[in-house]
Amino acid sequence: MSIKNNTRSTLIYTIAAWTVSSMIFFPILWTLITSFKTESEAISATPTLFAFEWTLINYSDVLSRSPYFTHFWNSIVISLGSSLLGLLIAVPAAWSMAFVQSKKTKNLLMWMLSTKMLPPVGVLIPIYLLFRDFGLLDTKLGLVIVMTLINLPIMIWMLYTYFREIPGEILEASRMDGATIGEEIFHVLLPIALPGIASTLLLNVILAWNEAFWTLILTAANAAPLTAFIASYSSPEGLFYAKLSAASAMAIVPILILGWFSQKQLVRGLSFGAVK
Amino acid sequence: MGSITLKQVTKNFDDVNVIKPLDLEIKDGEFIVFVGPSGCGKSTLLRMIAGLEDTTSGNIEIDGQDATHTPPAKRGLAMVFQSYALYPHMSVRNNIAFPLKRAKVSAAEIETKIANAAKILNLTDYLDRKPGQLSGGQRQRVAIGRAIVRQPSAFLFDEPLSNLDASLRVNMRLEISELHKSLATTMIYVTHDQVEAMTMADRIAVFNGGIIEQVGTPLELYQHPVNKFVAGFIGSPKMNFIDVPNGDTNGASSLGVRPEHFIISQDTGTWSGKVGVIEHLGSESFLHVTLTNGSTVTVKADGDCSLQYGDSVFLTAQENKVHRFDKNGVTIKASN
Repeated sequence: MSIKNNTRSTLIYTIAAWTVSSMIFFPILWTLITSFKTESEAISATPTLFAFEWTLINYSDVLSRSPYFTHFWNSIVISLGSSLLGLLIAVPAAWSMAFVQSKKTKNLLMWMLSTKMLPPVGVLIPIYLLFRDFGLLDTKLGLVIVMTLINLPIMIWMLYTYFREIPGEILEASRMDGATIGEEIFHVLLPIALPGIASTLLLNVILAWNEAFWTLILTAANAAPLTAFIASYSSPEGLFYAKLSAASAMAIVPILILGWFSQKQLVRGLSFGAVK
Repeated sequence: MGSITLKQVTKNFDDVNVIKPLDLEIKDGEFIVFVGPSGCGKSTLLRMIAGLEDTTSGNIEIDGQDATHTPPAKRGLAMVFQSYALYPHMSVRNNIAFPLKRAKVSAAEIETKIANAAKILNLTDYLDRKPGQLSGGQRQRVAIGRAIVRQPSAFLFDEPLSNLDASLRVNMRLEISELHKSLATTMIYVTHDQVEAMTMADRIAVFNGGIIEQVGTPLELYQHPVNKFVAGFIGSPKMNFIDVPNGDTNGASSLGVRPEHFIISQDTGTWSGKVGVIEHLGSESFLHVTLTNGSTVTVKADGDCSLQYGDSVFLTAQENKVHRFDKNGVTIKASN
C-alpha cells in the first residue's frame, strides 16, 4: 500500500518538476529556435516550432555587424575579474566573521545582506557621477569594481556559511603548530573550503555575466559586455527578432554550458549549511 | 623542561566568570589530569594554558617565564584535540610534517622525525593515507604524532579519547601512559571520565564550577576527599551518601561509604534494607539496596553473590572507611 503511495507521489512530483522546468526553459528554447528562422518566419502570425527552413544567416549577420568577440572578451574580463577581486576581499572577511566573531558580527552580516534589497536605481545617480569624475565610464575596470561591490555580500555570505562548517579546532591546531594567520588561511582553510570557494566563484561569474542594469548604464562601446551587445539589437529601426535571438543565443550559450557542467558544484554550494 | 605555574588566573566570557582566581603548580615531567563535570572550566583552563583563550587576569608561567600573553605557537606546547583536528586534505606524513615545516626544519630532519614518530605510534604503513582513510584510533595516533615531533615542553590533551569506542579507549589510555613514561614530558590531560583520571594521572585536579576543589594523587583523592563533591566524583560506582538527620557525635550531617566498603550480612548490621536490582559483572556484583530510611545505596559484592531481588540484608561500613561530611559538605577531619 505504502509502496503504491510512494510510487504515485514520485510520479506526481516528477510530472510537476518537468512541467515547471519546461516552463522555465521554454523561452530559452524559443530563442534558440527563432535564431535559426528568417526574419519573416520569426514574426509569422502562425509560429512554427520545428517545421521551418533552418538558416544560419542571422548568426553570420550578427557576427558581421557587431564585434561579438570584443563583447565576449569584455564579459569574460568583467565577470571573472569581479569574481576574483570579490574573492580576494570576501575570503578574509568571511574568515574573520566565521572564526573571530564579535557581538556585532551577525548584525554586520544582516546589514550587508540588506544592501542587496536596495533597488539599484536608488544609487544610480551618485555612482554615475562618481564614475564620470573618476573617468571610469565605459571602462572594464569600472565594471569590475561595480560588479564586485554588487556581489560582495553574496560572496561573503556563501563563504561564511562554508567556513562555519569547518571545525574551528583544525585552525586552532594549525595555530598551535606555529602557522601564521596567512599560513592558516592558505595552507589549511582554503584547501579545505575549496569546493565552497569554487561554487562561490562560479555563481558570481554567472551573476556578473548576466547583469544588465549597470552594464547598460555605465558602458557604451569600449567596455560593453554581451548584455549590452544583445540590447543593441533593440534598435530605432525596429526589432529584428531572428537577429536578436541569434545575438541572445550567442550571449547565453557560453554561460549555459558553464552552468550545465558545474550544476552539481553550484547546487552543493548553494545548499551548503542547509543540508550537510 | 616543562613546568607550568598558574597564579591567580581567571577567565570571563563577557560578564560570566568561568574560572575563578586559581593557583596551580604543575611540575616538570608530571602527568596531571583535570577532571570534572561538563562546564566546570577544565577545558577552558587548558585552552588558556595553550594560548587559544585569553587570560582575563593572573599569570601563566611556563618554565619560569611569563607566557600569559605569548601566542600559542611560541609557548612550546603541543595540543591533542578531542576531534583529532587533523588536516583532512593532507596525508598522514604531511600532517605530522606541518609543524616542522612551519618551524623551518630541514627536509632531511623532517623525514627522520616523521619516521621515528611513525615507528613509535605504529603508523609507518599509513603515512601516505589521508585522515579520512584511517580509523578513529589511528587518527588519534596521528594527532599525537603531530604533537610529539615538535618535542614540546608539555603536551595538552583535551578529552582525546572521547570519540573512541570503549575497547579502543582502554588501549589508547595505555599507549598514552606508556608514551608519558618513555618521553618523560609534562602532560596535562582533560577528561570528564574519572576512570581515565585515576588510571593515568600522577596527580588529579578536580574541577567544579570554575574552581579546583582538590589536587592530589589518585589515591589521596580516593582515600581522603576534602568534600562531598570530590568524594562523589572520584570512585566508580560513586560513593554512597547516607543522611544523618540529627547529626552524629562528630557533627556529621551525612556519611559517605564507598560500595566496596560495605559488609553484607543477613543477620545484623548498622543499616537494614531490601535488595533491588542486582548487576552481575562476573568478577563482582553490584547490589542496589533500598534502606529503611528510603535512600538507595550501591553495594559491591562477590561475583557469585547468592542474594536475590527482594532479600532483606543488613549493611555495615568497614572499620575506618566511613567519610563524614558537615552540613556544607566539607569533610570532617577527625572522622573514623
